[in-house]
Amino acid sequence: MGLMTRRKFVTLGAQGIVLATIPGFLRFNPTAAFARPSEGPDKLAEYYAHFGVDEAMINELIATGLSHGGDYCDVYFQHSIGTNTVLEDDKVSRAFTSVDLGVGIRVLKGDQTGYSFTEEITPVSMKLAAQTAANIATSGSGTAPAGFKYRPTPDYYSIQVPWEDLTVDKKIPVLQKLNEKMAALDTRLVRRRVTFSDSTSYVLVATSDGRVVCDYQPLTSLGASCTAEQNGRRESCGSAASGRRGLEYYTEELIDRLARDAVADTIRMFDAVKPEAGEMPVVLGAGHSGILLHEAIGHGMEADCNRRNESIFADKIGKPVARDIVTIVDDGTNPNLRGSINVDDEANESQRTVLVENGILKTYMHDLISSKHYGLAPTGNGRRQSFRFNPLPRMRNTYMLNGPHTREEVIASVKKGLYCKSFTNGQVLIGPGDFTFYVQSGSLIEDGKLTAPVKDVNIIGNGPQVLEKITMVANDFAMSDGTWMCGKGGQSAPVTLGQPTVLVSSITVGGVS
Amino acid sequence: MNNKERLELAHWVASQSKKAGADDASVTITFSRDVNVDHRDRKVDQLTESTQNSLSLSIYLGGRFSNHTTCDLRRDTLVGFIDQAVAMTRYLTPDPDRVITDIKYCQGIEQRDLKMLDPAYGSVTAEQRVRFARECEEAVRAAASDVVSCTGNYSDSYNESVKVLTNGFEGEKSSTSFSAYAEVTLQDGNGVRVDDYEEGGGLFLREIPLPEFLGRRAVERTQSKFGQIKIASGTYDMIVANRSGSRMIGGITGALSGQAVYRKSSFLIDKLEQKMFSEKLTIIDDPFVESGFGSSLYDGDGMSAHRRVMVEKGVPKAYYIDWFHSCKLKMEPTTGGNSNLIYEYGTMSLDDLIKQAKKAILVTGFVGGNSNGTTGDFSYGVFGYYVEDGKIVHPVNEMNVSGNFITLWSNLVEMGNDPYLVSANRRPSIYFKDVSFAGL
Repeated sequence: MGLMTRRKFVTLGAQGIVLATIPGFLRFNPTAAFARPSEGPDKLAEYYAHFGVDEAMINELIATGLSHGGDYCDVYFQHSIGTNTVLEDDKVSRAFTSVDLGVGIRVLKGDQTGYSFTEEITPVSMKLAAQTAANIATSGSGTAPAGFKYRPTPDYYSIQVPWEDLTVDKKIPVLQKLNEKMAALDTRLVRRRVTFSDSTSYVLVATSDGRVVCDYQPLTSLGASCTAEQNGRRESCGSAASGRRGLEYYTEELIDRLARDAVADTIRMFDAVKPEAGEMPVVLGAGHSGILLHEAIGHGMEADCNRRNESIFADKIGKPVARDIVTIVDDGTNPNLRGSINVDDEANESQRTVLVENGILKTYMHDLISSKHYGLAPTGNGRRQSFRFNPLPRMRNTYMLNGPHTREEVIASVKKGLYCKSFTNGQVLIGPGDFTFYVQSGSLIEDGKLTAPVKDVNIIGNGPQVLEKITMVANDFAMSDGTWMCGKGGQSAPVTLGQPTVLVSSITVGGVS
Repeated sequence: MNNKERLELAHWVASQSKKAGADDASVTITFSRDVNVDHRDRKVDQLTESTQNSLSLSIYLGGRFSNHTTCDLRRDTLVGFIDQAVAMTRYLTPDPDRVITDIKYCQGIEQRDLKMLDPAYGSVTAEQRVRFARECEEAVRAAASDVVSCTGNYSDSYNESVKVLTNGFEGEKSSTSFSAYAEVTLQDGNGVRVDDYEEGGGLFLREIPLPEFLGRRAVERTQSKFGQIKIASGTYDMIVANRSGSRMIGGITGALSGQAVYRKSSFLIDKLEQKMFSEKLTIIDDPFVESGFGSSLYDGDGMSAHRRVMVEKGVPKAYYIDWFHSCKLKMEPTTGGNSNLIYEYGTMSLDDLIKQAKKAILVTGFVGGNSNGTTGDFSYGVFGYYVEDGKIVHPVNEMNVSGNFITLWSNLVEMGNDPYLVSANRRPSIYFKDVSFAGL
């Protein structure tokens, strides 16, 4: 049991929460389709019906939340349904589902937060929760909004068929195909596993300043892992792809790639060596290496820790933090990516936020509390794991734009160093800015060329120092489609990241001495 | 709803599942009430209160297995939930090893009071909770004059759960837990921010330390990090302070998992009864520790709990094998995961261990990193202190430790005498020789 929840980290893979559930399940209206949300006022009416509430009920709830003198209240209704299906021993003999439904009620008094939630969407339970949250304020009384203005949202993740309309038999062929492709690639495989997960979240947010939004959030991932045996030794590795996408995402090409990557990365581990321990130049390959940005600067740029003066970036806005070839954005608007959001969990518009522009630190990522503190507009970064949690400033899709070099130039510039290709996880200490990320596979660089494969190496650096040491940025930008799950304050949130090939001129590599 | 009513509901869900076509079912219903108070800037920063219900239903149908969870416990909606759970299960491919736990492993449950429930829980008031969090913050401010940021925290939890299997198993439990921490960020002379915390708690309210202790220790820990530097890469002895030792232990317990053994992703496959580690290492899995965070009379499969020696004097003695993997591996089941971990403790305190060291790094925290369960290779970021000739010389950070768990635990020199009690894993401080560190 860990009592502290302030750790900030990102991790890949299945250990992230699986909000899974019942196919075709609709709690309030089992027969009516909620499948094709319409736009405009009709869409809002459908969401009200879905949660069995109406404007008057929400209004009363907010009035209760503000009854002790709070200055702001929001309510967050959520219905999540999803499934997780597993293939092992060539058989899909296991499946997991979960249904989650509830409402979270938050009351703010200045920057103080009262929070409560209930899993029963009944007037009595909701009122009790609102009264609990109201207790953050101790004097005065509040008034509910005169009415709600519906805010239509863009649609960054339309999919063909909602996940809850697809029974598990539609997914089983995907798992089987991936398993068969892996099996056909190498006879040394002794174990293979495939996991398929999909989830759907229906969200309705209403605020005491009269805003109301609703959103449908699909999320899916497909992962392959295997163990191979050779001369009495065993190695395991895997691959995965994820996005806010529908079943059409799983094309032959994607399944082929996942099978090839899982098997090739496993087999190459038999030849892997460990690099020397110590500081050396490190080339970060395009795509998954965006984990560097997530840890080295991303968490430190979330405004809550800057508002509290805890972050190493707390006094650096407007100052140069990197060479002018470095531009870093956090973006919620990319089509179908894991970290994309049509609207944030505080009913604020999603946007593309430039964190570092040509080396200059531009802005933090804000939620409602921090944007008020700084007197700025929110950046649409207020996110939460579920209705059980209050929103925090969180990353979405964090990536670095292309620079002037080519991948070949970057690698050729290194006499002796390390090339990193894929990663499993990272973590950062916000105060000093020290961060790490774990390299699952990569290569040594010797005289400007990639040589022996490398595995299982942790890299550790200091955020601001490493940003200054980004001396080359290539023009081969790629986004990671990995199953990235970001953890903060005991809450997890799906994100992704990306970057072109980058040279860090010196960083500590956890090799062997 | 109380546990008696929950048991009745669980039996009803199990029998409905069979009516809907399941061969067998397992039902777990849990309830929890949680309160959390964060106090900062001399006011309540965040007050969170909630109650939660959860029902988990596992369906066994002709060798197929599925698990379904919901928080909606109303019988009229559960009818549809059960029907759909069973209907979905039919789509799966049979695996003959997917059957409900053999009842013989569920019998003979020890009848004893594990002392998991603090009767004082009901009398804790909202004011007391806020006061404790406030006093933690005040204690930090009393111990340091130049606080950049600090938080005092108090939280408690009340939990009840029942489990019913159609093989005849029935179990119930209730527990409380209480915790508090003080956390602080300070700046050293060069303006570098460092932070640390002190935590405490247990299943009983009286196990929470005094706020003054938490605040003072948080400040001392943080101040001792002033002037952290990275030192030369090389081989050093490593002392891991008890609070931070779980990753080193986890390397072994992870490899003892029956699931990892079955998936051939464990470096301890076929290694039972062989000397693998230093004889100073003995790990005991003890579910009967009174008021232990991991104590329980039965496990997730409904199997009765037993005290087990997992590693004895460096020799692995048992795997963690749940019911399903026991069928797969054709081995006797033990239990799916660890309860409380206790050790053969040594005689030395952390200070004594430090005095033994000629040239060592005392690790007080890990940052990221990971391990490869198949091979036992690991690589973790660390911070802590450089120790020379029995004395702490200066704090270190931005270092990394790498190696292989088999080698590491073979190089175990001494287990300390100081179990970490704020965890089900009661590891002491640990001294290893010849460990590879990366720095400059």
